[in-house]
Amino acid sequence: MTTTTIPTVGQHAGRKFDWGQPAVYFVALVAIAVTIAPVVYLIIGGFRTTGQINEDPSAWPDPWVITNYLTVLTSENFWVQLVNSTIAAGFTTGGVIVLGVMAAFVIARYSFRGRDALFTLFTAGLLFPLTVAVVPLFTMIKGLGLLGNLWGIIIPQVAFALPTTIIILVPFLRAIPAELEDAATIDGAGRFGFFWRIVLPLAGPGLVTVGVLAFVASWNAYLLPLLILGDPSHSTLPLGTQAFATQFSSDTAKVMAFTTISMIPALVFFTLAQGRIVSGLTGAVKG
Amino acid sequence: MSTSTITAGSAVHAADPVRPRPRKRRFDVKSVAMIWGFAAPALVVYVTFVIVPVVLAAVYSFFNWNGLGPLDRFIGIDNYVRALTDPTFLKAIGNNLAIVVLSLLIQGPVAIGVALLLNRPLRGRTLIRTLIFVPYVLSEVVAALAFKLILQPNGPFDAFLESIGLGGLKQLWLADQNVVFWTLFFVLSWKYLGFAILLMLAGLQGVPDELFEAASIDGASWWQIQRHITIPLLGPTIRIWAFLSMIGSLQLFDMVWVLTGGGPVNATVTMATYMMQYGFQRSQLGFGSAVAVILFLISLVFALLYQRHVLRRDFEGAVGRGA
Repeated sequence: MTTTTIPTVGQHAGRKFDWGQPAVYFVALVAIAVTIAPVVYLIIGGFRTTGQINEDPSAWPDPWVITNYLTVLTSENFWVQLVNSTIAAGFTTGGVIVLGVMAAFVIARYSFRGRDALFTLFTAGLLFPLTVAVVPLFTMIKGLGLLGNLWGIIIPQVAFALPTTIIILVPFLRAIPAELEDAATIDGAGRFGFFWRIVLPLAGPGLVTVGVLAFVASWNAYLLPLLILGDPSHSTLPLGTQAFATQFSSDTAKVMAFTTISMIPALVFFTLAQGRIVSGLTGAVKG
Repeated sequence: MSTSTITAGSAVHAADPVRPRPRKRRFDVKSVAMIWGFAAPALVVYVTFVIVPVVLAAVYSFFNWNGLGPLDRFIGIDNYVRALTDPTFLKAIGNNLAIVVLSLLIQGPVAIGVALLLNRPLRGRTLIRTLIFVPYVLSEVVAALAFKLILQPNGPFDAFLESIGLGGLKQLWLADQNVVFWTLFFVLSWKYLGFAILLMLAGLQGVPDELFEAASIDGASWWQIQRHITIPLLGPTIRIWAFLSMIGSLQLFDMVWVLTGGGPVNATVTMATYMMQYGFQRSQLGFGSAVAVILFLISLVFALLYQRHVLRRDFEGAVGRGA
């Protein structure tokens, strides 16, 4: 920490030259360089040939070639896997939101026998990672005939995302003022009406948060798809990327191109949703 | 935490005399049906696909079972004895614990330091945050594949070292069993530091600026302010990060499996990769289940001890706020 020389905080409003700023920018630059250098290297590496890479791993593409990227983009498996990842993540997200908000709604707003036990049961789920349950899950999914089927990963993923979802949503739904419920009742809305017309719209931001978290988890999932899906033509993107890397292990440039392209959807989606992910996680921890 | 917030909520209801009587608390059949109708789908899916498998894992762990025939060869605690006397599994536990400790000691302070520095008015702050967050959004598989390419012998990383005159430091990053553990730890840090920094930055947003102003008027230096005001107020965030980091380190699988497969010579084996290798790949599902149960019990002990001795304060605070 060389920053002890930084003057008091009040001064960085800008009157005097703040010697802290260069130090801060320096740290920021180093952090960014370490963070994105591997990613940038991969992107650029995809524009070279394996011959170029073997000759000098750190040179600039000369000439730039796009055949690697074209090969990936025209390969059928890539698109199948992209679609599979999207379907799995989409249905997981939808399922978690629907089931989660319904359960969270009654836990948050009604007192009934068994409510505390129900909530405790869901929170206990945080302690059960997928790793622990994966052996029996595999045999169950096999018994249901869902091996190689996307539903075989969607349903367990929904189940494992429910604890976080409910823990985030319960305080959120509880915060909706009781006056709104009374007003809705006076206007003749039943409980369904209240849930449908008042709770769901107001819970929007909370639903987005849990939705993004479930989407992230599903999109990046590896262990369950590895056991359940198998064969690259039925798999999701992480599995497919790994299968491709194994299949073309001698063709470094092509693997770089595939890895780069499989990063893009996640990067775009999660950059857009970044704020939500962070607030979701911090919200979850403050629950 | 759960029960406290619930009581806090209903206390507010009871204390509000203006509100008409809360809708009938006694059970009329219709509302009981509606309540359980709403809760049932989630409950059924959750119990079937989380609770039941966890219980089944505990059951399987007492059997010698390859996953195909009937579950009829009960062998008591033999699977547990076998796991806990296998030097490879003990090595796996050791690796997991080493990663827990190293993450707390190295990633924690680095993340806090970077977050404190970035928590100042800074041109391009949003961009910086987004970029720092990049590794976290990549899946562990993709990150591991990327580093596998970059760290291959005489690959780009070695070339980089040579170009800055440090060619002598070249190693077989992923093939030398004395080096590979540290390589793995570095890649994990690369993947998860951004998340830690962002979590800390989010926590810092909750620290009111007035405190800084007051302290700096009183003549406190930047470092004194951080040391005596910011870091203590960041406490809850740090403790939660530490919790998430510990549990994550104990369950480590994807990254290791793709990057090293637990090797070479078991140098990077973790409890989860051990389960995969010796349970699944050899069709010894009973044994794999015993390993899973041990993994769970270790996580549980960590979680309970941590909750009891470290997190309790935060939850008490939350109750205070709720009421």
